[in-house]
Parts: sequence; C-alpha cells; structure tokens
Amino acid sequence: MSSATQIARDVRAGTTSALAQLDTSLAAIRAENDALNVFLHVDEEGADAAARRVDELVAAGEDPGALAGVPVALKDNLCQRGVPTTAGSKILAGWRPPYSATVIERLLAAGAVPVGKTNMDEFAMGSSTETSAYGPTRNPRNPERVPGGSSGGSAAAVASGMTPLSLGSDTGGSIRQPAALCGIVGVKPTYGLVSRYGLIAFASSLDQIGPFANSVEDAALLLEVISGHDPMDSTSLPEPAPSLLAHLEDGVAGKRVGVVRELVEGADDDVLASVDAARAALEDAGATIVELSIPECRLGLSAYYLIAPAEASSNLARYDGVRYGLRVDAEDVAAMNEATRTAGFGAEVKRRIMLGTYALSAGYYDAYYGQALKVRTQMIEAFRRAYLNADVLLGATAPSVAFAFGEKMANPLTMYLSDVFTIPTNLAGDPAISVPFGSGAGGLPVGVQLLGPGRSEAQLFAAARVLEVANGVA
Amino acid sequence: MAPGLSREDVAKVAALARLTLSDEELDTFTEQLSQVLEHAKDIAALDLEGVIATAHPFGLVNVVREDELCASLDRDEVLAMAPDAEEGRFAVPRIMGEAP
Repeated sequence: MSSATQIARDVRAGTTSALAQLDTSLAAIRAENDALNVFLHVDEEGADAAARRVDELVAAGEDPGALAGVPVALKDNLCQRGVPTTAGSKILAGWRPPYSATVIERLLAAGAVPVGKTNMDEFAMGSSTETSAYGPTRNPRNPERVPGGSSGGSAAAVASGMTPLSLGSDTGGSIRQPAALCGIVGVKPTYGLVSRYGLIAFASSLDQIGPFANSVEDAALLLEVISGHDPMDSTSLPEPAPSLLAHLEDGVAGKRVGVVRELVEGADDDVLASVDAARAALEDAGATIVELSIPECRLGLSAYYLIAPAEASSNLARYDGVRYGLRVDAEDVAAMNEATRTAGFGAEVKRRIMLGTYALSAGYYDAYYGQALKVRTQMIEAFRRAYLNADVLLGATAPSVAFAFGEKMANPLTMYLSDVFTIPTNLAGDPAISVPFGSGAGGLPVGVQLLGPGRSEAQLFAAARVLEVANGVA
Repeated sequence: MAPGLSREDVAKVAALARLTLSDEELDTFTEQLSQVLEHAKDIAALDLEGVIATAHPFGLVNVVREDELCASLDRDEVLAMAPDAEEGRFAVPRIMGEAP
C-alpha cells in the first residue's frame, strides 16, 4: 500500500481515485481480518459514500482536502454517527452513536475515508487487546504475539497494510506502546491539542487522541488535520494547531537531547540497544547528548493507577442500562443497574472501577487520590526542570518487544508495568512519539520514544524524522 | 495505612460501584487489588504537605461560553438507542416501592 501522503497527492491530481484506494484497503481487510481480528466493524457503505464524494469533488475541479481519498481506521472508542461503536465492551454491543467525534468530522472535511472501527482493550483498559470482549487482535509481525494495547487494532491495521493511517487514544501509553510492538509510528499529542469530543471517556484528564502511521510524515499529515481548538471540548487548547509538515526536515543540529535514566531502566537488552543506537543517530545528526535523571518518573505508575481508575470509576458510572447499550432486567431500577453492569463489564474494567471507587472513598481519598494528584504536580515540575537542560528527551517506549498471549493476564501488575515508560508523559500532559528503531528478540520491532514539552510537536516530529532517516527511510 | 484489603472492603466497594461479585471473584479481586494498593503505598507514604494538586496539566479553569441557543441531539435518534423508551422519555423499572 502507498503512503497516505502519496495517496492524497495522487487522488488530488486525479491519477488515482478514492474508490480505487478504498478497494485496495477493503481487499486487504478481507484477506487478513479473520486471522488477525483487527476490525470489529467494517463500514463498507459509509466508506463507499465518502470515497464517491471525494471523487466527485475531484471531477468537479475542487480540492477534497489534505487527506483526499486516504482510508483511515478508527479505534472503536471514537463515536461515529450511525456506525456500531462498542469501546471493546459488551455493555455497548449494538449501540450506534447519534453523533460523530470532532476528529471524524475533521477527517471527512479533509477528504479522508473512514473504513471501520478497530479492536481495543475494553474501554481502553489494557496493554495487549486481551481485555476486549471481542477477542484479542494478533500482531501482524508475529500472530503468536500481542499487538500491544489498548489501541492494538488501530496499530495492527496500519502495520498489516489494511489502511495507511489510523487513529487511537493514549491514556497511559495506548498509542505509543502498540506502535512500538507493531513497528510503526505512534503519537500522543499534547493534552488538549486534539479535541476529545466524541471519544468515549476513560480518564478524562489523561486521554488524548492521536495518529498511527507507517512514516513520520504521514503521522504529521494526519495530526495536522485533527488538531486545533474545538469549542465542544472545554479542555481543548485555545490556540490554533501547529504546523508540522513545514518543519519536518528541520533536523536536530544544535539541539540538546536528554537521555533519561528512568525511561530506560529495567528495559530488556534488545530495547536498550535500540535506545543506544537512536542516541548515536541523533548525535551523528548534530545533537548534543545530555544524560538526565527524573526520579519522579518512578512514582508515575502508582500515581497513574490511582488517578486513571478514579476518573474511570466516575466516567463509567453512566453505563447503568438506562440510556444506551445493554440492559439486564430486574425488579427495580437499582437491581437493574447492578445486573446490567455485572453482566456488561469484563474483569479488568471491574477491577479498575473498584480500585477507583476505593481511592475516592471516604477515609482513603486524601491518602491515595489526593496524594496522586500532588505527585502529578511534582511530575510536571520535574519535566519542566528537565527541559531547562534538554530540548527533547529520549527513552524506550516499552520495556520489551511484543509478548505472548496470556503472558501477563494472570497478574494485573505485570501488565500495568508495560506502560512504565509511557505513563509519565500522560501525567505531565506533554507530547511524545514512538518511532520504530531496530529489532529485538525474534526479529520483532523495537520502538524508541521521543518526548518534548507541551506544544512542541513540530520539534518532536523533526527529531523523529532524523531517526527515520537513520533507519534508511527516504 | 492498611497493608491490604479485606474481603469486606472489596464487597463494600463493589456495592458502591453497583457490581455483584461471586465468592470466587471476591477472593481474586481482594488479592489483586491489594497488590496494586501495595504498589501505591510509595505514594501514600510521601510527605507532600504544601504541594498543590493538579487536575489539568495546563491549568485551564472555568471555560465558559455565551448562553446561546444551538442545535442538540435528535431526540428520536437518541431514544431509538435506549433499552426502553416511552412518550419521548427513557423508561426504567420502578424506582420507589408500592404505595402503602
């Protein structure tokens, strides 16, 4: 499959059509979806209509937009009007949202063709897609391994060539970790850069929508389209979206790259080797390397597993069998609420709801949730200090290459540790990008992570592009 | 801080969260939630007197807009997705007991 950049260019020039590109994408989905379980729903009818609209605009001499005719896969926690949306949960089986997420409206306005909804850990709670109520997704690089998660379906859609682009959401690493495990580019933008309107909420102060792509350029193209202020999301940043493509070849000459001890410690040797190689590549491109320690990162996992479940327990209170989704009948409304939630939620979701309920309950609020919010302040200040000495930070994305199914399901804490290097950025609200760099055990891909201060996406993409070039990508 | 949760703690939390747990689930969740809280003890033990709590990373507060009429979701489309509806409203089983 061609790059998104190439497809949009050719569709705009009239040398290919949106319908032809959609056919290519649907053929790839038909060939592999049964084996990999990437899509929960393929919206052939809606995609066909969107592609026809693009082709009609081109025929009429009009410009359909920056993503003209590019097939895009959507994580199934993004609401799309009239299209089944489950968030990977039984409790939303059969639900068709009455409105579309802002990101989907922006995709359509830019000429993109949404092709369907991808598998994910239930309500984005997981790091492997194994908590999905609809079975796990398989990693296209090795079907015996997990694709990572929670946005594993969206990562697999791009890694398998089903679509050149996809959208995921990242609350504690749910875009970057699967990107690393599937060998593609994944971006967690600055909190508030992309509207969350229409994203099914998990932990609202941490959730952020972002792109998956096969290249840094394609990721920048997609992020430019979806970012920017939205009055429908009150946490959306007020300023206009940054220009990324114009700065893609800015390089890192004269920049200071900080290698963060806490963002590599405990990683497997193959991952460490990739981080070392990335460090050398950035240095070769003219960056100055500084070694840094941000000890607060060690508290990130604990703070995250109090804050995110606390917010989730509140957000998921809405699934009560009244307004949408599943209802299990019972004699009165309270019994109906409880029967519905007990039947509709899976074990990981129940675990996190209970953890959050406990952290917020009388007598424990100050000791757990209140303390975690203060640690978050310390994390933000620690990163701010680090950025006095570095322009960009470098670390690992995940501690290991893609792991086997079942390996981390028995003990929740071992699964949670998959996100130990990605969580600090979500707590800080800052952007980060995972770029494939080298390979590890079994020839599986390794991702390295670049981090920057809030709103520094342009610089981050330029640094990511340096790594991509060092990798031999034109 | 209690170094672990009791079965009774978990049963109470499940009731607050409107979840029914089997005896077996109660055992499993008690063990698993205790492990996570054990990990979180590093935070509970910190002296953070005077540190301000963060709810939004960039400090946006009280975002308001003009109180203008604008389109809302289509009522029929919304109710069509509800488990039960009647006369333009969501319908639920009885909330109150029978009249005495």
